[in-house]
Amino acid sequence: MKWFRRQEKHDEAEELEAIEVGAAARVAEEAIDEAAEVEPDQLEEAEVESEEVFEEEDQETVSWFARLKKGLTKSRENIVGKISTLLTMHGKIDEELWDEMEAILIQADLGIHSTTRVIDSVRESVERERISDVEQVMGLLKKELTRILKTEAPQTLDHTSERRIYLIVGVNGTGKTTTIAKLARSFAKEKQSVLLGAADTFRAAAVEQLDIWAKRMGVDIVKHERGADPAAVVYDAIHAASARRIDVLLIDTAGRLHTYVNLMEELKKIKRIAEREKGDADLQTLLVIDATTGQNGIAQARLFHEALEVDGIVLTKLDGTAKGGIILAIHDELAIPIRYIGVGEGMDDLKDFSADEFIEALIGS
Amino acid sequence: MFDNLSTKLQDIFGKLKSRGKLSEKDVDAAMREVRLALLEADVNYKVVKDFVSKVKERAIGGEVLDSLTPGQQVVKIVNEGLTELMGSTESKLSFAPRPPSIIMLVGLQGSGKTTTSAKLAYHLRSSGKRPFLVGADVYRPAAIDQLRTLAEENNISFYSDDPSTAPMTIVKDGIRAANQKGSDVIIVDTAGRLHIDDDMMLELEQIKKEVKPHQILLVVDAMTGQDAVNVAQSFRDRLDFDGVVMTKLDGDARGGAALSIKAVTGRPIKLVSVGEKMDSLEPFHPDRMASRILGMGDILTLIEKAQANIDEKQAREMEDKLRRADFTFEDFLDQMEQMQKMGPINQLIKMIPGMNKLPKDIAVSDQDLARIRAIIQSMTREERLTPNIINGSRRERIAKGSGTDTHQINQLLKQFAQTKKMLKQLGSMQGKGRMPKGSFPFMG
Repeated sequence: MKWFRRQEKHDEAEELEAIEVGAAARVAEEAIDEAAEVEPDQLEEAEVESEEVFEEEDQETVSWFARLKKGLTKSRENIVGKISTLLTMHGKIDEELWDEMEAILIQADLGIHSTTRVIDSVRESVERERISDVEQVMGLLKKELTRILKTEAPQTLDHTSERRIYLIVGVNGTGKTTTIAKLARSFAKEKQSVLLGAADTFRAAAVEQLDIWAKRMGVDIVKHERGADPAAVVYDAIHAASARRIDVLLIDTAGRLHTYVNLMEELKKIKRIAEREKGDADLQTLLVIDATTGQNGIAQARLFHEALEVDGIVLTKLDGTAKGGIILAIHDELAIPIRYIGVGEGMDDLKDFSADEFIEALIGS
Repeated sequence: MFDNLSTKLQDIFGKLKSRGKLSEKDVDAAMREVRLALLEADVNYKVVKDFVSKVKERAIGGEVLDSLTPGQQVVKIVNEGLTELMGSTESKLSFAPRPPSIIMLVGLQGSGKTTTSAKLAYHLRSSGKRPFLVGADVYRPAAIDQLRTLAEENNISFYSDDPSTAPMTIVKDGIRAANQKGSDVIIVDTAGRLHIDDDMMLELEQIKKEVKPHQILLVVDAMTGQDAVNVAQSFRDRLDFDGVVMTKLDGDARGGAALSIKAVTGRPIKLVSVGEKMDSLEPFHPDRMASRILGMGDILTLIEKAQANIDEKQAREMEDKLRRADFTFEDFLDQMEQMQKMGPINQLIKMIPGMNKLPKDIAVSDQDLARIRAIIQSMTREERLTPNIINGSRRERIAKGSGTDTHQINQLLKQFAQTKKMLKQLGSMQGKGRMPKGSFPFMG
């Protein structure tokens, strides 16, 4: 498909080869989800019926894991590749080596706190085990990075009800509306009934944006006029979902910087209303974070979590050149589970987060 | 913004300043902290390395260590270095000698191009231009509607077409429409794209080639991490953009990307977006920003804001009152309202020298001000003029009237008394400039 071809052009040949081999093996072994690539512009060109979109999947043979791995190759090079080069070039274990290692991890957006923790731990092992061989440092580092993601690996959230409500929140421009569209599609594919609640009543045309997605996905939407009270939209959407016995209600909210006290209060109110009105449905709050975000991602996660008790994080835009680091930092500092990751622009590029696969893709074997 | 970096640097240099003599070791230790602080602020690693070694070199030079105030000298060098990193002077938008000028906005998804396009049009109109908006983002659903809505709400001329139209066609038709209207600046909003997306970057290259924009501005989210320079470099290589607009600077992003992009791409930051409202696009002043990072305040911006929003006669009256120290709750309310016209209180406070050192928990929010206003408005005129008559039963009445409790009334009365005392002191030490820490009026 288009997106995939486009990506290929940028990757260096050898990199590609290695991944393709790995991917092929994995496809054979695990036959992970296969995905259709639907470009927004393609959808734009032809009013594609949702059923037709779903049928395209069978033609696609590349596993999402391969794409994740491919997407992360650059960050793998950032962390492991760079450190490997550093170790070879430097050749000895000294202060400078630790300083440089620290810089590499920070550059991968791991943040000073997590970086210090990783380095201290590796250093401790080196000193305790009296390691003088630089080669062994690499192994210790991999072990430590794995430990962070593993020990605090996200648990799949238990649903207490068949009916679910997802409240999607985040700062401006992280991809909340697109994420909702992708989630709607994935639930619809599982033959679940989906309703969208357009509670971003602030941004111009945000309702229209969600409305277009609703039409493309063939799902219903509850919307008010722009400028309406978002809590009122939430109220109506929950009652509509309940009356129609909808399986999944996805609520879009306006992007807001976590530092605006009044806007965060507005979100708290929205959540209170949702808690009060949800009935037998299971309510989950998902925070959408852009993977290109630097250390501010931690502040976002922290403040949204403090205000709303976030149940999970959706990490979007992992198909750029910056990725990986912020996941570790957020895990390390807040231990909020990562539920979904966005690995591409296609509609099926939102995936359940799996720590194992992520580490495999990030660190390599 | 830049809060943590600023606090960190101040801590470090506070230590340096308190010593009369500095050794090379002192400078080394401080620079290590500077390095970590900058890295933590998302300043690009290579930029940090370069910066630190340059500053160190200058700081260890004989003239600094032997000077009477070595700590301050180091701060000065760091300050100058930061300013230089961000571009030494304010870099203005440039326009075509013969209108119309075409400005094209490009960037990653979610960086804020559409909102910035509308804000830019608004900004240009305030400076006497006749802007025209062209919506060429045909990919994101309703992106064109978004720009159209913003244009209509703010009475700005606008052109776009159905999303099935090629962006190139929309841009060309838009320019034609703008010319017919006699507009002198045409702002083109393009779709967000990944810098490594070859097809999409090619699309921009073609538009550039065809319509020859006078300015291409890269819109960058201030919260971007280490990747900001990679993005900026890719966009420079393909489009050779002219400058950067930094968005979402109103949050708590430490904004290291701002420091890095100029250094790495050589392209200046021209504008910054500091709020959700249409008028929140401001020129970028590297020197002021550097002062702000170092906690030296941004008094110039504050003065400009004050000049634009405060009635001079009222200000003079206020000054008289302050001198005579007959400052009442009426004045308190008055002054509060004047200040609120200047923008969110938190942002204003940060511009005052020494004020960004305040601990986080005593930050003043606009909500606090609203509460204070409610309390004062629940007082009788007599009470406002002579607060000492406010006894227990009056307190209870005021609390009821303002929806607060007597504890909060007491707190405000205490604050008021302190403020009055402080103003008296200020009045007697006129001209010294620097306000004592924590003594800003209305500070909780």
